[in-house]
Amino acid sequence: MSDGKSILVIGGGMSGLTAAIEAAEAGNSAVIVEKSPFLGGRVSQLNKYFPKLCPPNCGLEINFKRIKNSADITSYTLAEVENISGDEGNYDVTVKLKPRYVNDKCVGCNACYEACPVEMPNEFNFGLNNTRAAYIPHNQAFPFKYVIDDRFCKGAACKKCAEACKYDAIHLDMKPETVKLKVSAIVMATGWELYDTSKLDILGGGKIKNVITNMQMERLASPNGPTAGKILRPSDGKEVKNIAFVQCAGSRDENHLAYCSYICCMASLKQVTYIRDQYPDSKARVFYIDIRTPGTRYEQFYWKIKEDPNVTLTKGKVAKITEDAATGDVVLVAEDILAGKKITEKYDMVVLAAGMVPSTKASKIPADIKYTDDGFVLPSSLKKGLYAVGTVKSPLDVAKSVQDATGAAVKGIQSARRSK
Amino acid sequence: MEKKYGVYICKGCSIGASIDIEKLGNTAAKETKIPVDIVKSHDILCSPEGIELIKSDIKSGTNTLILAACSPRVKYEEFDFPGTITERVNIRELVAWSQQPNTEDSQMLATDYLKMGIIRTQKGDLPEPNILPDLSSAILVVGGGIAGLTAALEAANAGYQVVLVEKEAELGGWAAKLYKETPREYPYESLIEPTIFGKIKEAESNSNIKIFKSAVVEKTDGQPGLLDVTIKTSSGSEIIRVGSIIMAAGWKPYDANKLGYLGYGKPNVITSVQMEEMAKRGKIIRPSDGKEAKKVAFIQCAGSRDPNHLPYCSAFCCGTSLKQAKYVREKNSDAVAMIFYKDIRTPGQSELFYKNMQNDPGVLLTKGDVTGVSDAGNGSLYVEAENTLMGEKIKVEADLVVLAIGVVPNTRAPQEYLDGLTEAGKKGDAAKATYLEGTPKPDFILNLTYKQGPELPSVEGYYGFADSNFICFQYETRRTGIYAAGCVKQPMNMSEAQLDAAGTALKAIQCVEHTAKGIAVHPRAWDTTFPDPFMNKCTSCKRCTEECPFGAIDEDAKGTPFYKINRCRRCGTCMGACPERIVSFKDYSVDMIGSMIKSVEVPEEGFRFIVLACENDAYPALDSAAINRKQLNPSVRIVPVRCLGSTNLVWVADAFSRGIDGLVLLGCKYGENYQCHFVKGSELANYRFSKVQETLNKLQLEAERCQLLQVAISEYDKLPDMINDFVKKIEDIGPNPFKGF
Repeated sequence: MSDGKSILVIGGGMSGLTAAIEAAEAGNSAVIVEKSPFLGGRVSQLNKYFPKLCPPNCGLEINFKRIKNSADITSYTLAEVENISGDEGNYDVTVKLKPRYVNDKCVGCNACYEACPVEMPNEFNFGLNNTRAAYIPHNQAFPFKYVIDDRFCKGAACKKCAEACKYDAIHLDMKPETVKLKVSAIVMATGWELYDTSKLDILGGGKIKNVITNMQMERLASPNGPTAGKILRPSDGKEVKNIAFVQCAGSRDENHLAYCSYICCMASLKQVTYIRDQYPDSKARVFYIDIRTPGTRYEQFYWKIKEDPNVTLTKGKVAKITEDAATGDVVLVAEDILAGKKITEKYDMVVLAAGMVPSTKASKIPADIKYTDDGFVLPSSLKKGLYAVGTVKSPLDVAKSVQDATGAAVKGIQSARRSK
Repeated sequence: MEKKYGVYICKGCSIGASIDIEKLGNTAAKETKIPVDIVKSHDILCSPEGIELIKSDIKSGTNTLILAACSPRVKYEEFDFPGTITERVNIRELVAWSQQPNTEDSQMLATDYLKMGIIRTQKGDLPEPNILPDLSSAILVVGGGIAGLTAALEAANAGYQVVLVEKEAELGGWAAKLYKETPREYPYESLIEPTIFGKIKEAESNSNIKIFKSAVVEKTDGQPGLLDVTIKTSSGSEIIRVGSIIMAAGWKPYDANKLGYLGYGKPNVITSVQMEEMAKRGKIIRPSDGKEAKKVAFIQCAGSRDPNHLPYCSAFCCGTSLKQAKYVREKNSDAVAMIFYKDIRTPGQSELFYKNMQNDPGVLLTKGDVTGVSDAGNGSLYVEAENTLMGEKIKVEADLVVLAIGVVPNTRAPQEYLDGLTEAGKKGDAAKATYLEGTPKPDFILNLTYKQGPELPSVEGYYGFADSNFICFQYETRRTGIYAAGCVKQPMNMSEAQLDAAGTALKAIQCVEHTAKGIAVHPRAWDTTFPDPFMNKCTSCKRCTEECPFGAIDEDAKGTPFYKINRCRRCGTCMGACPERIVSFKDYSVDMIGSMIKSVEVPEEGFRFIVLACENDAYPALDSAAINRKQLNPSVRIVPVRCLGSTNLVWVADAFSRGIDGLVLLGCKYGENYQCHFVKGSELANYRFSKVQETLNKLQLEAERCQLLQVAISEYDKLPDMINDFVKKIEDIGPNPFKGF
């Protein structure tokens, strides 16, 4: 990447992948810097996309194929941008690569995982199960290369993984590296984190076992998730036949997130289908402030869900969620605003439709960038050659993130060509 | 290219421990008639030493490589040998990781795979791109509203020539009619002065943009890179050649005359579009008497979210009404604005604007379904609503009612007209003639000369919006090189339209760049192959013209099909459709796959099955199953295909005449919400194979022996059992009676 005309894309989720691939297919080289060990970001954790209910891995597979077939895309995983200096056409970027402890000789045979004695929480599954310190994040991960988590690995004291590897792929003495890049433009696509539901005290977030987040629900329903796609509640593995969804868990609330997180209405309606398809006799209830399903297909999806007699949509605020200690059931108190009454109901499991927090709320991009009080990048404050796409700018769905990222690719190309 | 072969078998990843490697190489070489001494094995083929082994052979002339190792989905960087034909034979995932080791079955399976891989290279050739002469890299933008202007500027600023065609006398579209714009950045407090005029100025002074006003596209002929567009203006017609097209033809407000129940037709009931015009003129008044309106009621979803009118949400009306409520309040602090809504939809950070407006005591928001608007005397009106909070019915007086009118894309009328024409055509020529005579023809946008129709087709159930069927690929289009931007694609607000339009500029650029290099566009954006039909044998049956998902094949005056190759997306649907089997790609042909199927050894005892698996979803799902060490049925041979649409019926004959007991087509889900990235590959395959089942019956072969299974990439866990169930069913029926003939 020494031609200096490249576009740096920070973040290898759907927005970042799209920006890089689209730019490369238009003839401009691109570099992806991704902080996790794999590309694909949040969408790789989803079971299905709304409203089509198709698997995100399908589109990711095509995108990965596009990367494999392009000579113009370089990607770094376990990588973080440490410093940005310069101007449009001439940015100098320092990227720090964390050691993976596994090199390119890895064949993906799983021997290191089998040998590893250290269990750790599976972050990809939001802690719903454990994995080991030598692991592959998920079975459709790209690159399909194992990784060793040095926060848990015992290192040279153990070495069981290195001994098990027949391919000389594991080197526990790997050190961090620094890569210096010269690029024309920078696309920031650092994505989002889920709002920490343990701050939602009255909703039992993080405390009641069978109160889970919407992202945990995605993992429970995924064939490559902790339960192989069977939706079972965490406390006792019981089938979930009666479920409630609490919308705006954190969002649209001055005490938490003042903004709307855009995707949660559609996400919960989608998750209603997970339950209803898996357990034909199940019941689902959604508590909402407004149902926000803008456009054609989202609204049509909402209508379809409303037709299901086993689904109840209730406009109302959830006042309190507690646990029935004996059974593990979840007791929910809410106000049904249209009926003007208070209701108390018991559920097998409750899903909190938790909001979206820009990753830049906690970790800022090392450049002169202004943020909103909520941590979103303020696009109008960006100097030439810097572009923000997707959820780092505002909560957004996948479809619009893809549009935005494709547009960012053209802006990146303009920067590269202006600097000729 | 004169081929010099090299076969390399990897012994790593437990391949060597599961298969007799020497026997594998010897048998496969003998049966495919290649010299046994070019077969080599290596402990770890992807290691530097293994790669060096291959590279040194390439130096001494080997140019056709068969690598029997892992799945082609991994180790693609290591096994990248430019200038060679490289075939990856997957004996790791499909044998070593998914079969009982060291059995006769797994040995035969590996041998069949290696033989098929060798045959594939024997039947294939290195592709050379097909680059047509006189290509244009200019981009046509149809529509000069906010989306069109943005697209034009983005493409022009990237260095491309742009031709912008606007049907009105002035640029700007609806955006130029606005009094102010909704805030679009934090803290979402103040309204914005219209930004469109700056864009118009910028476009008009950009030397890369040629603008035609009061102009329409009369005809679009050709193919990407060579699109000859006839532009009609008051001063005549002009033909301009462009490479790709952005269709930003915009929208119309829903016909308010159909909203009589909301009071439209009464002097003091206006639409949100009329409200903009009024605000621009000055005061907010009652049209009936010119008095200032003190109580303004906004009715949301006027037409939208209504099965009798527009069965969708128009996306921007909530924001618009909140903005117009601010007009009311800013122009007269004594006036109040009342908004009747079903749900307030201000997604994302635009919620902050809603919050700010809620803080204004002069803005009243009421949830409810408006049931009617009636006269209250003196020009005043009653707005009646039910299902309000606490379940009450209410009746509120207002002196001006604003209907938040919904969006109808300008693609809808042509789509409906063309759908009607298709329907009439099904009833015969007379019905078609009657339709053409009796139906007013709406304004077409592109007027393509394509055999498959004059406009960009809308997906069924999208109400005429020219939307993509894919969440992850928003610029997927069924007419190569033609991309829809703005409200013609989805209902969206102005800032969304600008993001979307920038995306179309990129896609239009990609298209002209790829066309210049003779490469396909998405989803096979690396592919330099193209269909090369042997036309001498064409019988003009026209199946290819009809089935091509992208309208890439037209017909000459005699009805003989011919390709407009730059429209082609390389799915191979034509190859599958052709009964004469005359369509081939350099690296993919009917003969190639047929020969591979025929090379499978059919034992006298026991069963053999062929699975034709879609490369994009089914094949990776099989890989994932193997990665999870799920066992695959050992009597099944997996043959990857570009798309199920490319499966030719002759392969069925090839298989069954050789004694194969059953054939599965493994592909994407079809129908509503189809997942095929070539639109209808699996659906077409299913249609074709339903026909073949009749033939099977005639041959006394059970129709069940040939079946299409729909699978998603995520269903790898179910896949082995889906295949086992099929195998079990055929085993119950019994062996293919043609076995041994």
